[in-house]
Amino acid sequence: MAGDRAKRIDPDALSWYEATARQRVLALTDPGSFREFLPPTERRMSPHLPLFDLPRAFDDGIVVGRARLDGNPILIAAQEGRFMGGAFGEVHGGKLVGLLRVALELKPKAVLILFDTGGVRLQEANAGETAIAETMRAIVDARAAGIPVVGLIGGRAGCYGGGGLIAGTCSRLAVSEGGRISVSGPEVIETNKGAEEFDSRDRALVWRTMGGKHRRLIGGADAFCADSVTAFRGAALDLLSRAPAFDLATLEAEQARLEDRIARFGDCRDGTDVWARLGVNDPEAVPGMDTDAFDETVARVREADHDAR
Amino acid sequence: MTLAEILASLFPDGHAVTVRDGLVTGSGPFERGRIQVVGVDGDTPLGVEGALTLSRAVLDTVRAGEQAPILVVVDSDSQRMSRRDELLGLNECLAHLAKALLLADRSGHSTVGLIYGHSAAGAFIATALATRVLAALPGASPSVMDLPSVARVTKLPLAKLQDMAKSTPVFAPGLDNMVATGAVHAVLDPGKPLGGQIRDLVAETQTDDVRDRLGEERGGRPVARGVATAVADQARLG
Repeated sequence: MAGDRAKRIDPDALSWYEATARQRVLALTDPGSFREFLPPTERRMSPHLPLFDLPRAFDDGIVVGRARLDGNPILIAAQEGRFMGGAFGEVHGGKLVGLLRVALELKPKAVLILFDTGGVRLQEANAGETAIAETMRAIVDARAAGIPVVGLIGGRAGCYGGGGLIAGTCSRLAVSEGGRISVSGPEVIETNKGAEEFDSRDRALVWRTMGGKHRRLIGGADAFCADSVTAFRGAALDLLSRAPAFDLATLEAEQARLEDRIARFGDCRDGTDVWARLGVNDPEAVPGMDTDAFDETVARVREADHDAR
Repeated sequence: MTLAEILASLFPDGHAVTVRDGLVTGSGPFERGRIQVVGVDGDTPLGVEGALTLSRAVLDTVRAGEQAPILVVVDSDSQRMSRRDELLGLNECLAHLAKALLLADRSGHSTVGLIYGHSAAGAFIATALATRVLAALPGASPSVMDLPSVARVTKLPLAKLQDMAKSTPVFAPGLDNMVATGAVHAVLDPGKPLGGQIRDLVAETQTDDVRDRLGEERGGRPVARGVATAVADQARLG
């Protein structure tokens, strides 16, 4: 049973980055409370991957279900970055869309999406792309009905491509040091525009451009977590309690926030240039900061916290 | 059809739609009021500035409160691929544009996409796929990725992929495949006035997201709807 397995997982000791999707879900939610929809026993697998001679997964790389978080009923989805990079295929996308749509009826306290994705699964590209559009529409419908949709990002695959657009549609986002949020990944930019534009092997550059600390400092994420399930649980509980409404006022505020960002930082070449202009005293020190030191830095940056999402 | 031809067909009495740096904004007379036009022309990549220009026009239309329909015309590249755009939060800007269109829809504005050229990836999601009903003109070429790139990623021979593309719409680029998937609702007839065709399409469009049903009926996305329905059914059981 799910509850028995959950008891064996210590949320403090479990690295979010290293954990599987199921480990994250079980350790994040109240012990024994998780019930999975379309679990692996039902073997809802991709009908398309055999055409490419590729192995399938019984869950198509995503876990969806309901649970309790601090006693509150929630719906939860977790992508498995170890299966095809957590990419959106037809079944994968359908599970997430179904979960978000039923939220309108069940009215949970929140929907949590544990992103771990490279974006669209190319072998099912058209289905994946359409599912991303359906997901964004369903998130907006849930938000407009007053249901917060909170994204948690700290897995191996990051949150790329269409996943980055879905993340931008959520009410709130929490990210860890290892989490990256981006549309075009470093390899994609390098392949299309050359290594002079983006050297994808320069890991420090990747983190300064799309990593968790950069996203948190510019207001692209609303919480920065240590790499533990306990930290993400705390962030999720905090964020679901202060989700912005989905209305014209919020989007007007987001328009102003993003226009202001481009006006202020549009000529910056590197994350460190942006952080300096944000007022960070020692931008070069940011990548090496521990969570406490980074939280103190974030607290002094005005752009980091807002309701414009 | 070119954008100029589309606008001439839509607005025989003239319009105030302009194109600047590949970004389309403006309006024209439509039925008894006006229709707001936004979009991307000339296979232009959509970056942070472009996304915010279009979202500004959409939000201005919502604030005006007259429930004018919004037409999103699309001949774009993919999202602008650059280190700078990602540094500045391209994911937020593209999502913001999509949210603006979805807000407009919820606020009583009919949102209609019209793809007449190319579009791909993040730009396609943030524009055409964020409308309630997406129409296409013959010759449009929406895609996620071109087949040579798919061949590189999947390590399958291009010839094999080209052969598979004929029978498997789920992965191959092209308008027919996006229609089969349900992403594109209808293909318009360029020989007839576009205004009436778009009006009819809006009139028969349901408020629910029907794309997975269309994908199932057309065979291009055979299982997505059943999976979404099964998840919802199991969730209702408690």
